[in-house]
Amino acid sequence: MTQVAERPANAEPDADVVLRAVDITKTYGVTRALKGVNFDVRRGKVTVLFGENGAGKSTLMKILSGVEQPTGGVLELDGEPVVLASTNDAVARGIAIIHQELNLCPNLSVRDNIFIGRELRTRRGDVDYAREARITRELMERLEEPIHPSTLVADLRLGQQQIVEIARALAADARILIMDEPTSALSAAEVEVLFKIIDDLTADGVAIVYISHHLEEAIEVADHAVVFRDGELVADRSAEGLTLPWVVAAMVGREAEYDFTGAAREFGEVALRIEDVRVVDPDAGGRLAVDGVSIDVHAGEIVAVYGLMGAGRTELMEALSGREPIASGRAVLGSTDLAGHSIQERIALGIGLVPEDRQRDGLVQLMTVGQNLSLASLLGAVRRGFVSRKHERGGIDDQIRDVRVKTAGPEALITSLSGGNQQKVVIGKMLLTRPKVLLLDEPTRGIDVGAKGEIFSLLFREAERGLAVLYVTSEIGEALTASHRVVVMSKGRVVREFDPRTCTREEVMAAAGEAGGDVHPKEPDSE
Amino acid sequence: MSDTLAPPRETRPAATPPPAGRFRKPNWNALLVEGRALIALAIIVVIFASLSPNFLDPSNLILMTRHVAMNAILAIGMLMVILNGGIDLSVGSTVGVTGVIAGYLLQGWDMPLTQLVAYPPVWVVIAASVLIGALVGWVNGVLVSKLNVAPFIATLGMLYVARGIALLITNGETFTKLQGEEGLGNTGFITALASAPLGIPMPVWFMVAFAVVFSLLLNRTAFGRWLYATGGNERAAELSGVPVKRVQTIVYVLSGLCAATVGLLLTADLPAATPRAGEFYELNAIAAVVIGGAALSGGRGTIRGTLIGAFVIGFLVDGLVLVGVSVFWQQVIKGAVIILAVAVDQLQQSLQKRRALRRVAAATNRPGAPRPA
Repeated sequence: MTQVAERPANAEPDADVVLRAVDITKTYGVTRALKGVNFDVRRGKVTVLFGENGAGKSTLMKILSGVEQPTGGVLELDGEPVVLASTNDAVARGIAIIHQELNLCPNLSVRDNIFIGRELRTRRGDVDYAREARITRELMERLEEPIHPSTLVADLRLGQQQIVEIARALAADARILIMDEPTSALSAAEVEVLFKIIDDLTADGVAIVYISHHLEEAIEVADHAVVFRDGELVADRSAEGLTLPWVVAAMVGREAEYDFTGAAREFGEVALRIEDVRVVDPDAGGRLAVDGVSIDVHAGEIVAVYGLMGAGRTELMEALSGREPIASGRAVLGSTDLAGHSIQERIALGIGLVPEDRQRDGLVQLMTVGQNLSLASLLGAVRRGFVSRKHERGGIDDQIRDVRVKTAGPEALITSLSGGNQQKVVIGKMLLTRPKVLLLDEPTRGIDVGAKGEIFSLLFREAERGLAVLYVTSEIGEALTASHRVVVMSKGRVVREFDPRTCTREEVMAAAGEAGGDVHPKEPDSE
Repeated sequence: MSDTLAPPRETRPAATPPPAGRFRKPNWNALLVEGRALIALAIIVVIFASLSPNFLDPSNLILMTRHVAMNAILAIGMLMVILNGGIDLSVGSTVGVTGVIAGYLLQGWDMPLTQLVAYPPVWVVIAASVLIGALVGWVNGVLVSKLNVAPFIATLGMLYVARGIALLITNGETFTKLQGEEGLGNTGFITALASAPLGIPMPVWFMVAFAVVFSLLLNRTAFGRWLYATGGNERAAELSGVPVKRVQTIVYVLSGLCAATVGLLLTADLPAATPRAGEFYELNAIAAVVIGGAALSGGRGTIRGTLIGAFVIGFLVDGLVLVGVSVFWQQVIKGAVIILAVAVDQLQQSLQKRRALRRVAAATNRPGAPRPA
């Protein structure tokens, strides 16, 4: 892959630069999410941030929008150093962010949402609904979306809700608009509208910071491109002549430091058979999140499920684990149909999930490392009604050694560990239940490269002992270097399967819909 | 397997050897929190001992401890619910209804559809009351876990329902004929529950027994661990195969059992079964649990702390009475102590969290450049 080493110094002051990040660093506990980042946001331009998950984009966005404070470095707004103490502070200075998960109150009207927290007052002191409604109507006209100000947000389509978010930012006189994955929930037509709005906004001098995993779209809309990798800014260039292969090369950079493509391929019987499974989206009633998926996973095999956000991968995992019901189709573990079995029964049968959100779903933060490790297999240590310290402790010690958790000991609080070691604890917890099939949803999210490699060597070691692994990933490099087989999902379906030894990155990304349907696989421009 | 990673085998974690002895390594966090409650208790004792020479009189200490015991037993049940992240407002009413049922059965049960009056033996009376207490708790538990009614609402409703039933059973009267009759074979209720073996009142014995049993339950059984886990992070517990719904139901049953025990002890102690018994007891129980360092959000709290909390509340109230503080001021002072205890707890928690974060950052990272002001 190309070594991208362009790094133009921000030598001379640029009148167009409205916001400048100078040597920004951010550490969370032990993870260094940003390692001294410099970059500029220019008036009337769209600056696109590229980077894989965990590259540091979201962290930077949180800092720019006042959600988080940098550990080091300075933000300069119009050449003056500023501290953005809160989101309100950022908004007051003209910086607004539109999150991927929209921040609207569905039970309130469009008008109320636009002015929430900044209600206009009449002289008497009550809310000036008439003026709010008038401004809302004007904004909606400007955005070419004729929504009545008193419409409930709950009644709007997702695309329209996003436009309400944009209107809210405009109503606050945002000069800098940060958009985090704005198109992930939009239809093609709505994306067109959004791009037109972006054009209009930039023509008015608004600076836009744009993040998207849909690389082609992002390239289309970009005036300026910034690429992040492992918390560092690795490329900063104008969008002129920007191509997909260049972006992919810059994002991925050197190959991952692990490569398991040469791992043993001795598979046993089918351990998990997924047959035409459909799962209803729990958030959007009626819509199918998983629409007829069939995958076989053999004992000893590691299958990566690659796809974009919203492809239905997490929903598939949750249905297999027993948290959400399977609407139709079958999931068979060995010879047992999983239908009707609760989560704890499935764990006993030999299938368990390592969830996507470690903090929310994986760990009990108030407990120790040892207590977290033994939680799923505690009944196995019960002797005569009481938990046997000896048996519990034995399993914990074995697991700490096997999964190589770096901890002061089992009595240490789980929150004292780094993200990577916390994840090893979550995986170790499930391994202690002696599963036949291990499901993992984004097992390496938010952990550093070294820990990623360790987690995969752990999984491959277990696979050699006959464990079947099905894991979801959004990182193409991971799917291609750490699996026996890559299954690509898009819009709730399996669109293709690849052998990671023979396929190219671009083929897989194209299949996922990441690079648009009409892109032919191209060789990267070097190597 | 390709071994491009060359995992550092020598970084085998230096697991500290398990602490010697039968007891768990002390959790310093918890000890600090409880230590603070102990300090509060010491302050209360010192103040009242200096104000009233009778405060430290053995007979007064025993009397106060008997009052503490009732609240402590309720608080132990309440702790189970609070560890789960819930709350049980119905315990006071459960005390009332179970006491009334005991009293009613001892008076003689007018069997429906017959002219007969049954006089069940004392053990049946006690078992029936305990069962009723468990039943009330079970209904609470099902409402919360199966029907997803918020614990506050479910148990608030039960507070009224149970109290209403107690009033219906007695028609507002008080049963006082609890001694039973030799000829009917139902004597011994009062001796069983209101005697004082070795000079220690029965409720105190019960408090000790409940503390031991529930400590074992919390610290030594899978259920105990599951309870801490569901209170700490229900989603993670569920995905780990913990039967979170069952745990949730059981904690309310346990709370009901504790309330029934107090209902029986209180009835024998008076000795009378009055339908208004136990009113507002739930508030003292909650206060004891939170003063003892438990988090209302669940997952944090110990029996030890709860007992100390019960002593703080009990000694404070009795001490104020003893030195003759007006009833109105008693209320103000009690409320202030509760708020103070929890406020200090919160402050300490956030300080500890910040200190821990800083320690982790310092231990594992080059310190970042200081943030510009």
